[in-house]
Amino acid sequence: MHGKPPGLIESALFDRDVIHEIQRAATEGIYDIRGWGAKRRLPHFDDLVFLGASMSRYPLEGYRERCDTNVTLGTRYAKKPIELKIPITVAGMSFGSLSAQAKEALGRGATAVGTSTTTGDGGMTPEERQSSKTLVYQLLPSRYGMNPDDLRKADAIEIVLGQGAKPGGGGMLLGQKISPRVAAMRDLPPNIDQRSACRHPDWTGPDDLEIKIRELREITDWEKPIYIKVGASRTYYDTMLAVKSGADVIVVDGMQGGTAATQTVFIEHVGIPTLAAVRQAVEALTELDMHRKVQLIVSGGIRTGADVAKALAMGADAVSIGVAALIALGDNSPALDEQYKAIGSGAGYYDDWQAGNDPAGITTQNDELAARLDPVLGGRRLANYLRTLTMETQIIARACGKSHVHNLEPEDLAALTVEAAAMAGVPIAGTSWIPGRPF
Amino acid sequence: MTAERVFDLSTHTVRELNQALHDVAGGTPSRFKVVNAMGDHALAVGIDAAVQVEIHGHVGYYCAGMNKHAVVTVHGNAATGLAENIMSGCVRVKGNASQSAAATGRGGLVVIEGDASARCGISMKGVDIVVHGSVGHMSAFMAQKGRLVVCGDAGAALGDSIYEAELYVRGKLADLGADCEEKEMTAEHRASLGILLREAAVDLDPGEFRRFGSARRLYHFNIDHADAY
Repeated sequence: MHGKPPGLIESALFDRDVIHEIQRAATEGIYDIRGWGAKRRLPHFDDLVFLGASMSRYPLEGYRERCDTNVTLGTRYAKKPIELKIPITVAGMSFGSLSAQAKEALGRGATAVGTSTTTGDGGMTPEERQSSKTLVYQLLPSRYGMNPDDLRKADAIEIVLGQGAKPGGGGMLLGQKISPRVAAMRDLPPNIDQRSACRHPDWTGPDDLEIKIRELREITDWEKPIYIKVGASRTYYDTMLAVKSGADVIVVDGMQGGTAATQTVFIEHVGIPTLAAVRQAVEALTELDMHRKVQLIVSGGIRTGADVAKALAMGADAVSIGVAALIALGDNSPALDEQYKAIGSGAGYYDDWQAGNDPAGITTQNDELAARLDPVLGGRRLANYLRTLTMETQIIARACGKSHVHNLEPEDLAALTVEAAAMAGVPIAGTSWIPGRPF
Repeated sequence: MTAERVFDLSTHTVRELNQALHDVAGGTPSRFKVVNAMGDHALAVGIDAAVQVEIHGHVGYYCAGMNKHAVVTVHGNAATGLAENIMSGCVRVKGNASQSAAATGRGGLVVIEGDASARCGISMKGVDIVVHGSVGHMSAFMAQKGRLVVCGDAGAALGDSIYEAELYVRGKLADLGADCEEKEMTAEHRASLGILLREAAVDLDPGEFRRFGSARRLYHFNIDHADAY
């Protein structure tokens, strides 16, 4: 007989992780708060594969034949749409959650490859505006630092309704990261726990939002593209309503999308995977005959050029990265393993971005730690990573015979699992079967 | 005397009005008169000049939003989001204002000569607001900086989750929101309130007002205060 003796059988329901969390909550009297996005295994782009060209379609020569990557965002109403060289943008991350050096590095890296960065819950810093050639300015429920001068300096405006890590939840920045500069930008006292609102203060639904967008367009003389960002939940309806409200661009952030500080229970249990959200958003846009007229940006778990290519093939116009961008800067580097261990974590695990003691100098407001990140080197690393993602995307697009990455299409995809097939709306590999649809 | 420019919104568009206001060169005094406002939205938004704007008729959402330097007077009522995120200058409404008046305002003065609805001064960040009449529920929710003065009554949950804003109420108070408490009304507070009331053209004795502010119990998470969150 093999197997564990009766005294060593672990409960599947109350395993050691669950027991640890119950006892931690009992000891500390507070829910777990952390950064990053959903960490549990979810249906994702890994569950899709491309059908490379063979007899019925011919591929393009790698490194020889053109495969363009440019994208224009904001063509619906804005007088000055954004032109990006690559379809990969950097998502909103605040000065406050990130150090000034990290924000500068993101701007340098994105600018080097011709793409945009995005502000965050805390306003626009002069350094960020200077380092980012194309900068998207977020209008969040908190309106921290919001002012018309920065609206006019921005290249686009993103109205944030939610994010994938916490659809329906507001922001949070714990006292240890509210430095005097962060506090001043947010009109708050230093060192207090700051709770951002989850709803906008001056509108409550799509009818109001339409008027709010009109106000923003009037303030900026109809020049700026206006994005609406939603956390993925009822994505089909949210997309429909965003179009109705007058958005130029819709940003859909799946539950794998990162956060600077959110309750673990929220991150892991609210929202839907990116894979399902992309299909719902594209369906809504297509039904309204607005696909490619209102552009779609998808975020939440983009790591490789394969992820980028799959999101584009499903119908996105661009993707956005957050967690991956921080990792490119040096977050969770094995070289810092001993320092992560000293604060109770380890390289590859570190997600206490709310705590402000990041050894990599990225998610901190501690001057000494922040000084460890060289913005020039960080920018170079991000540019390297973005170029790699772009080339990987082109490799796949050429293999599918596409002269532009936007020519990738759902017909180029097959699913490896029933769940992914149902969510993405593509057939199981080797079949023509899409769950929930007639043969 | 600077010539007055007249915009009749039965013949001009909102876009034409706002563009004209945005085209005013900095420091050049100008006067604008708007007639037949007819509840249009986003009137006189994003001004960045010391102009005077007189609007005749009721206005829709977000009138004078993000105002800088200008003095805007509405001879009528105002819909949602009057003077939202005002930076400086003065916005005065002769009638009533709907919800979220002066939301997130960061400076300047907003005067409502009638009543203001719910969420007046929500997330205010430095603006001074004077309401001649009463305010609705959840006013000064998450108020961070600045002063809200209510000459009439205040609705339920005044100052819920307030930070460092100061609230003054002369009439009846329905109740206070989480972490908002009554504060001592010192001679210093009476003096500064008196100055603000004069700026708002309110002839009342500051001594008739009660002062409210943050108890600061929610500034750091404490599990024993969980019922207040």
